[in-house]
Amino acid sequence: MSLTAFSHGPSGVAVEPAAQKKSRMVWFLLLPGLVYLGLFFITPLISLVITAFKEAPPGAFIGEYVNAFRWENYTEVLSLYGEHSVRSFLYAGAATLIALAIGYPLAYFIGVRLRPYPLWQSLALVLVIAPFFISFLLRTVAWKQLLADEGFIVGTMKAWSILPPDAHITGTSISVIFGLAYNFIPFMTLPLYSSIERLDLRLLEAGKDLYAGPVTSFRKITVPLTMPGIISGTLLTFIPAAGDYVNASANFLGSTSTTMIGNVIEANFLVLQNYPHAASMSLILMSAILILVSAYVFKSGTDDLL
Amino acid sequence: MSESVSGFAQGGADLELVGVSKQFPGFTAVDNVSFTVPAGSFFALLGPSGCGKTTTLRLISGLEEPTSGQILVGGKDVSSTKAHQRPINTVFQSYALFPHMTVLENVAFGLKQRGVKDATQLAHEALLLVELDHLADRKPTQLSGGQQQRVALARAVVNRPALLLLDEPLGALDLKLRRQMQIELKSIQSEVGLTFLHVTHDQEEAMTMADTVAVMNKGKIEQMGPPAELYELPATRFVATFLGQSNLFDGVVSGTSGKNVKVTVGKLTLEVPASRTKVTSGEITVGVRPEKIQISRKEPTASATRSVIGPGTVIDTSFTGVSTQYVVDVPGLNKLTVFEQNDGDIVAAGSKVWLSWATEFSFGIPFDTEEFVESDTTTRSLAVAKR
Repeated sequence: MSLTAFSHGPSGVAVEPAAQKKSRMVWFLLLPGLVYLGLFFITPLISLVITAFKEAPPGAFIGEYVNAFRWENYTEVLSLYGEHSVRSFLYAGAATLIALAIGYPLAYFIGVRLRPYPLWQSLALVLVIAPFFISFLLRTVAWKQLLADEGFIVGTMKAWSILPPDAHITGTSISVIFGLAYNFIPFMTLPLYSSIERLDLRLLEAGKDLYAGPVTSFRKITVPLTMPGIISGTLLTFIPAAGDYVNASANFLGSTSTTMIGNVIEANFLVLQNYPHAASMSLILMSAILILVSAYVFKSGTDDLL
Repeated sequence: MSESVSGFAQGGADLELVGVSKQFPGFTAVDNVSFTVPAGSFFALLGPSGCGKTTTLRLISGLEEPTSGQILVGGKDVSSTKAHQRPINTVFQSYALFPHMTVLENVAFGLKQRGVKDATQLAHEALLLVELDHLADRKPTQLSGGQQQRVALARAVVNRPALLLLDEPLGALDLKLRRQMQIELKSIQSEVGLTFLHVTHDQEEAMTMADTVAVMNKGKIEQMGPPAELYELPATRFVATFLGQSNLFDGVVSGTSGKNVKVTVGKLTLEVPASRTKVTSGEITVGVRPEKIQISRKEPTASATRSVIGPGTVIDTSFTGVSTQYVVDVPGLNKLTVFEQNDGDIVAAGSKVWLSWATEFSFGIPFDTEEFVESDTTTRSLAVAKR
């Protein structure tokens, strides 16, 4: 191979035009995607940044803002909504861990145990995606009904003294985290599955042969080899969960004491019409997630996995 | 076990299989197999694809559980223990190197699991043994097939297992590299003094490397013994055709003459030394190896010590350098294969010839239709099909 590569040296010049043509073709094919990104991502992002610096002129109506360079928007939202930000990340983190704890065994079962039975494997995957056939708003409202104080679950738990008589689940952190985890489990399970499905079981046999018990095999072989799935699964769960405003909303599983950043942004945009605050909060959420995610990906040492 | 892995002077242990069977739904992969591998010896399990040899290996390593029977290592019954608890290591056909670890981490893995001190140091020593220490920091995917094979060997040998299992580890290598690895493997085995159990479908590999060869067919061991013994005196038609080539004549025992058993084959009478046949009456198959036969243009004189058949016609000659292979058609018999050493005198195709051999080279085996037929299916594709 290397010898033939060298022998082509002199003719390398003749190859160049073809390479140029090829790279032009690449740009041509990329064009629709780039235009789309420019129109629907870069432009709104710039508009968002501009909005985040706007200020209300003296005597303005509600929702009337002019261009300015008002840094205070950021400090104001941070002091006003710092607690909500921390809560968002805690909720999203807890929901991600729960989704991982449920999604990993599920993906392992489908990807490894069902491997000899392709039909069952496909069926199980369809079942994982099946909830998507119903709007997640409906499903979340359904959970609100199920977990309601008058509902069967809470009633039974109270009857068995698992819950004190005055307790309730809806409107608490628990129900919000539960809702987030529930809604994002498919996003966790699918990338995990695609990773676990490719796991070479002969390596696990080699581990057994080399004196590794089941726990060690899992920790030292299975987990490192399925790390790409774990990382994309947790990212696909954590990022949207941190910005979610449905589960935590008082209309669904939350209450005023469970407000997350998403709810804050929603309220500022739609109710308070404080656009600069909403925009700066959005940008803070975006950068915080970006920093967290980069740190996580970097820490997992996945440069050769991703 | 962990105290016994401290030095490089540890020897292997006996392996004993007692009536081991393994049934999978629909077929019996291993059927009542018993054998003993003495400590420090090189034992080869030889057989065609799908004969159950790999399953036998997996039973010994603990990756499969036997349906019945006992497996003893160093006199201790390990049948009920799990794979990771057995003092046995395997060099896998696929090598199964951990892709996320460096070569050194791969080799040190087993030692670290057992909490051996100086795991890294011992791993380096094992890599020196296979001459790959300079690649210790590479990932397995950056190595060539032959190098990966040696890493897999180092990863197993470093643990000083009582028993080392080799599952066709040379199967994926090209012929030249395979010959080289065979020599290296054999020298490593005598250097470290471990008990080796080698599974292969390559009869040449088994014969050149092993002290004892067991020929396996359809889940059963057909014959077991030193390679030369198996070759010179095969006990079944399968062994006679799988291990090298044989010219076989089906006939009926018609009496005895002196120390020989007389066999009627068609119109012909052949003799077999009574000591070289277990069958002394009824249907019998007489065999002789192709290189034992002498080809001559004039009819040699038959005697009690020399069997002669002919005349026949040479229908094909192929020159292989060291020897010439002839296919000779003798009326009333099968086509015979003859290997003649290359002495410069090549008999042309179409010539009329007589074939003769020293009667002491004849062997008698039970009449059987079971003959080894070379097939294209590899062990792996067959194994996949059975899962």
